[in-house]
Amino acid sequence: MTPKNFDKTAYWRKNLKYLAILLSIWFFVSYLCGIVFVDQLNTIRMGGFKLGFWFAQQGAIYVFVILIFVYVRLMNKLDKEFNVNED
Amino acid sequence: MSITIWTYILVGVTFALYIGIAIWSRAGSTKDFYVAGGGVSPLANGMATAADWMSAASFISMAGLISFMGYDGSIYLMGWTGGYVLLALLLAPYLRKFGKFTVPDFIGDRYYSNTARTVAVVCALFVSFTYVAGQMRGVGVVFSRFLEVDINTGVIIGMAIVFFYAVLGGMKGITYTQVAQFCVLIFAFMVPAFFISIQMTDTILPQLGFGAKMSDGVYLLDKLDGLQKELGFAEYTSGSKSKLDVFFITAALMVGTAGLPHVIVRFFTVPKVSDARKSAGYALAFIAILYTTAPAISAFAKTNLIETVSNTAYSELPDWFSNWEKTGLIGFEDKNGDGLVQYLADPKTNELMIDQDIMVLANPEIAKLPNWVIALVAAGGLAAALSTAAGLLLVISSSVSHDLLKKQYMPNMSDKAELLAARLSSFVAVCVAGYFGIYPPGFVASVVSLAFGLAAASFFPAIILGIFNKRMNKEGAIAGMVIGLLITMYYIARFRLHWIGDDATATEADWWFGISPEGFGTVGMIVNFVVSLVISKFTPAPPEDVQEMVETIRIPSGAGEATGH
Repeated sequence: MTPKNFDKTAYWRKNLKYLAILLSIWFFVSYLCGIVFVDQLNTIRMGGFKLGFWFAQQGAIYVFVILIFVYVRLMNKLDKEFNVNED
Repeated sequence: MSITIWTYILVGVTFALYIGIAIWSRAGSTKDFYVAGGGVSPLANGMATAADWMSAASFISMAGLISFMGYDGSIYLMGWTGGYVLLALLLAPYLRKFGKFTVPDFIGDRYYSNTARTVAVVCALFVSFTYVAGQMRGVGVVFSRFLEVDINTGVIIGMAIVFFYAVLGGMKGITYTQVAQFCVLIFAFMVPAFFISIQMTDTILPQLGFGAKMSDGVYLLDKLDGLQKELGFAEYTSGSKSKLDVFFITAALMVGTAGLPHVIVRFFTVPKVSDARKSAGYALAFIAILYTTAPAISAFAKTNLIETVSNTAYSELPDWFSNWEKTGLIGFEDKNGDGLVQYLADPKTNELMIDQDIMVLANPEIAKLPNWVIALVAAGGLAAALSTAAGLLLVISSSVSHDLLKKQYMPNMSDKAELLAARLSSFVAVCVAGYFGIYPPGFVASVVSLAFGLAAASFFPAIILGIFNKRMNKEGAIAGMVIGLLITMYYIARFRLHWIGDDATATEADWWFGISPEGFGTVGMIVNFVVSLVISKFTPAPPEDVQEMVETIRIPSGAGEATGH
């Protein structure tokens, strides 16, 4: 089961660090770009889109998907590093 | 071939497929019934989760809602996708490692208390029943519109189908039918979207067509903003809700999504912790296909609608108008007697009445797409409604047979008896859901926000604290859940349903901090967190073995298989 000399605290701390970074991005693209600063961003255009509107109806969703897959990669690596992966 | 014949063919073929899958994958044990044997691949689970998640409301109503809300519609787009990030990062892997069957299982074990378990069961039942009533109604509406039977007959046909695969197959049957239903619904949603995007902007992908130029060289969204302004509406790309309210509603929907038991339970079905993470990623990717297309459809449909009907003589309107007029989803009243349709923001001079659902249902006809595409939309809508209803019914039946009977009243029940109890309770649940479908309680539409608010204010903090705060004890968690729930219920009963207090003091101006009842779940969640943390500081720490359990769920290795014991 749990390997010997396994540093639980270090593993958990690193996990929390990843969560903090990823969730900050999550908050940034949805709540900040899509809601709080939407008017300021709307003055910038990207093709036919106003940027703030684009974040709220398209961009944030793409970033959400990417965030989860980045998390999957990071955690798989971390699990291996600490030898707690399941295979 | 006519639309009706195409509809019979497509709906018939897809239903035969679902039933075939249900017979092939019926459940043989409680483990099959509750968590599909715990052997579902992450990709299949991702599709099943997506189908489970995208209901009749996502498929039929959302694009239409956004058409009429413009930027404000973003609350649904971000709110119903962003929750998966929380789910993947904060809940799914740990709950999978915990390895039991249901959400109340986790709450009951983590907080070493049957009171906590019961509170969780009550929340799960309430949230799921609220939700399922809307789904059965959706099935009825789609049937009645496309197969020309009445709504009640439609509900009964839907009940029979759901009964067949949910009761027989349990989670195993549901999972594999949901995979098929996902394919049907996403195909049905995308085909008309591609057609319309090409027609309007010469771009294949609706996500790009949304920001592309129309044939006259003007950007679609600029054109739509202009049209809206001309008719007296707010610009499409800027909203009319306050920022604070948009913020709170989005947060309530996101957190509510991550706290809905029928979504969480899907992550118990995969073999490993790493699969739970991956599977949440697939689920969101599949959901995102629909959720990034929907706002494009909204803009296409709104532009199309305004250009087709505004200031057109009633006698020259296309056929679809009179077809849908019969259903009462669209209506024209010539107030100024000039024979032209005036579609205006001012209710006094506006002559066009439109139901939001028509934007997806009639969109293929408005865009003059072939009959088979129109029939496909019917099959897709049914797939969306049935898959969600089945997922919810499973949560209801497992709450009763597992969390109440097995865990509390009859702990010595054999696996076989529990399986029978699960089947019986899902049979009862189908009947109750059907009853609500035929006699919908008047408040169904507004209680969907209640379901999210309650999930946000009850489950989410209790689960998060259970994983991330080792010191959290039963006193804190129970107090937090109960107070979070009550305050949210009170606010919705007071300001949305008007069951408590004086109506005259329940207007928008009386909302606390200007937060609408839809967004109040966020406040409930914050209250829950604060109450839990404060109370746990002043009450004894949880027992040693519970603290050890928290240590174990934080580490992926040794997940083993989901068990009920």
